[in-house]
Amino acid sequence: MLSRRSAQLAYRLLTSTYRPALQPRLPVQQSGRLISHSTVDPAEVRKFQALASKWWDERGEFGALHAMNDLRVPFIRDNLLSVHSARQMGSPLSGLRVLDVGCGGGLLTEPLARLGADVLGIDPVQDSVRIAELHLSHDPALCGRVRYRACSLEELADEDEQEEEGFHAVVASEVLEHLADLETFIQCCHHVLKPGGSLFVTTINRTQMSYILGIIAAEQVLRIVPRGTHDWEKFISPVELETLLESTGFSVECIRGMLYNPVSGAWSWQQSTAINYALHALKRREEPQSDRVESESEDEAASRSTA
Amino acid sequence: ELLRLQRQRLGSAWPVRGQTEGEPLDVYDIVISGGGMVGTAMACSLGFDPHLQGRKILLLEAGPKKQMDKAPEVFSTRVSSISPGSATLLSGLGAWDHIVKLRCKPYQKMQVWDACSDALITFDKENLQDEMAYVVENDVIVAALTKQLQTLSDQVEVQYRTRVVKYTWPRPYQVADSIPWVQVTLASGQTLQTKLLIGADGPNSMVRREAGIPTVKWNYDQSAVVAVLHLSEPTENNVAWQRFLPTGPIAMLPLSDTESSLVWSTSHQHAELLLQMDEESFVDAINSAFWSNENQSELVEAAGSLFRTALTILMPNGTSTRQLPPSVAGIGPKSRVMFPLGMGHASEYIRHRVALIGDAAHRVHPLAGQGANLGFGDVASLTQVLSQAAFNGKDLGKSMQHLLEYETDRQRHNLPMMAAIDLMKRLYSTNAAPMVLLRTLGLQATNALPPIKEQIIAYASK
Repeated sequence: MLSRRSAQLAYRLLTSTYRPALQPRLPVQQSGRLISHSTVDPAEVRKFQALASKWWDERGEFGALHAMNDLRVPFIRDNLLSVHSARQMGSPLSGLRVLDVGCGGGLLTEPLARLGADVLGIDPVQDSVRIAELHLSHDPALCGRVRYRACSLEELADEDEQEEEGFHAVVASEVLEHLADLETFIQCCHHVLKPGGSLFVTTINRTQMSYILGIIAAEQVLRIVPRGTHDWEKFISPVELETLLESTGFSVECIRGMLYNPVSGAWSWQQSTAINYALHALKRREEPQSDRVESESEDEAASRSTA
Repeated sequence: ELLRLQRQRLGSAWPVRGQTEGEPLDVYDIVISGGGMVGTAMACSLGFDPHLQGRKILLLEAGPKKQMDKAPEVFSTRVSSISPGSATLLSGLGAWDHIVKLRCKPYQKMQVWDACSDALITFDKENLQDEMAYVVENDVIVAALTKQLQTLSDQVEVQYRTRVVKYTWPRPYQVADSIPWVQVTLASGQTLQTKLLIGADGPNSMVRREAGIPTVKWNYDQSAVVAVLHLSEPTENNVAWQRFLPTGPIAMLPLSDTESSLVWSTSHQHAELLLQMDEESFVDAINSAFWSNENQSELVEAAGSLFRTALTILMPNGTSTRQLPPSVAGIGPKSRVMFPLGMGHASEYIRHRVALIGDAAHRVHPLAGQGANLGFGDVASLTQVLSQAAFNGKDLGKSMQHLLEYETDRQRHNLPMMAAIDLMKRLYSTNAAPMVLLRTLGLQATNALPPIKEQIIAYASK
């Protein structure tokens, strides 16, 4: 007694591996996302509102996210350091302005601030931002370097940016899979970044593997993540994401696969991007046309061969 | 608000002292409670670490500041045998240079033998050029580290003559408005807050007690008598001597060409007796303890010499001739002291926002001269763990993950060492023939096998 939706899902699951790589799929049309002009999905907001108080319990619902810091903080730090050399010992990211989109309770915001960056954390869920601010308030050393705002990315991008010159880095960790409109989101990221600025993304791939492990195992069987947190339709593959980024004025620097071990509760890097992956892209600076066209076709050829 | 921002812009910030109740208290990143050898070394180590620059570190010490421009005339009775590993740590902190300039005695060889038999074991590095270890007065070590700490005044704040009266522990999870930091209340009434508290406050650690960390401990029913000995005649004095008497080991560590340090572990009554004797009798007792053979039984002597003959055939280089330690002529003025001995091991070295180092975590019998070295090993390990955590942007006290790494690393090293020391102590505390025979043969065998000896030296040298 398969419902229509399950049937659709099953069809997509089975065909996901056979899709020819030459057809980049536009996430707005063919994924489970509705075409919308706001990046924020109200259903997602409600989901996270209910969990707001659990953010800082390392052994609670967000335990895996806390553990993910072991990978994503060094990933962000090292990639930023390769572009901007460390200004000060003990504060490798000092002088850098970072935007943490979908910061939630501030799990990633605080470590980045501890490394010296000036971080603005934004999240559409008011309660999460409140929890983040409360947690921050106890630490005077961080208070001067972190600001939180309850708003969406396009609201921020729309604002008059006379006083702010753009961010050195935008971090969208575990966010893309919760969005209503991915294309607009990426465009806003592009808008708020300085030229040559970095975009860091961690998200989940849309594969059979990620359905089995990411949805069934993680949500339903092992309860690593609360039930209903993720919608497989919204997952995005690295190829699709790379295509979208390249067409929005980014050049993808690196993509790395991540794996969560539920037994040890720890994350590790891995070759395969079948489930979770991290991506670093740079906003292209303004350059003469001819160079761009060449490198774009090179990138397309590269992504075709790796798909 | 403005004040806070101002302070942050200045980089290194001193806490505002004498704050009234209503104002927010400054939060330190790390507070070290206890400014002995290990606590001060920890403060230096953290202060010099590149990844921890900009963090607010405070060392609290109940006693006065120990400064030493040159070594005092009279040797101090409290000395430690510093292994090459510890010397490397101290050298990395820049303190070793000061120690060498002040006073330190390297020794190349160690002879350990039994009173109940002829068995002996000698430890030395291959060519007698390398030092096995160094005998340094504890005061010299603290003074050298204090001098280095002064160069770090931007990084590390130190409060001397400051006693802690209370610790208040935070909950491990955030509850409404509760303060997530450890609160340290001083005798002056001032309260500090810290993200990580390091307990370096000795074998009767208040940090450990108040944190409720269970400790395995027992008293050895022994006290150690320490003194500074004047030798009968100047000698090269580069050998450490230790003889296991039935009542406990007696050890002589070289301090200079004419003086040595005595550590005599024995029963409480005997220790008191030794303290009350006049100087001449005391000196006689020491010489007799090292030289006399009255404790040997014929059986053991026969078995021992038979075994030794066999070894000489099997391993020609495996036996050592017994040397006699230099004889003692007198003792330093007012230098006889005794203190009780015990063994202690904290079952956990860490808790949420707390870490123990040095004697607060583990207390050993002095017979192997390892107490200080275990503490310095803790310093190296914890610094490395905290440095890495800081570089990963972690809250230094919260993540049990990196603190656990420290605990596992050190327990893996310390426990076997402590078990071995305790075993040695028990093995040599009797003159029952079977045990004596066992240890005689064991000691001779160990002496004959260089690989085992090398392992022992390597382990103790870390």
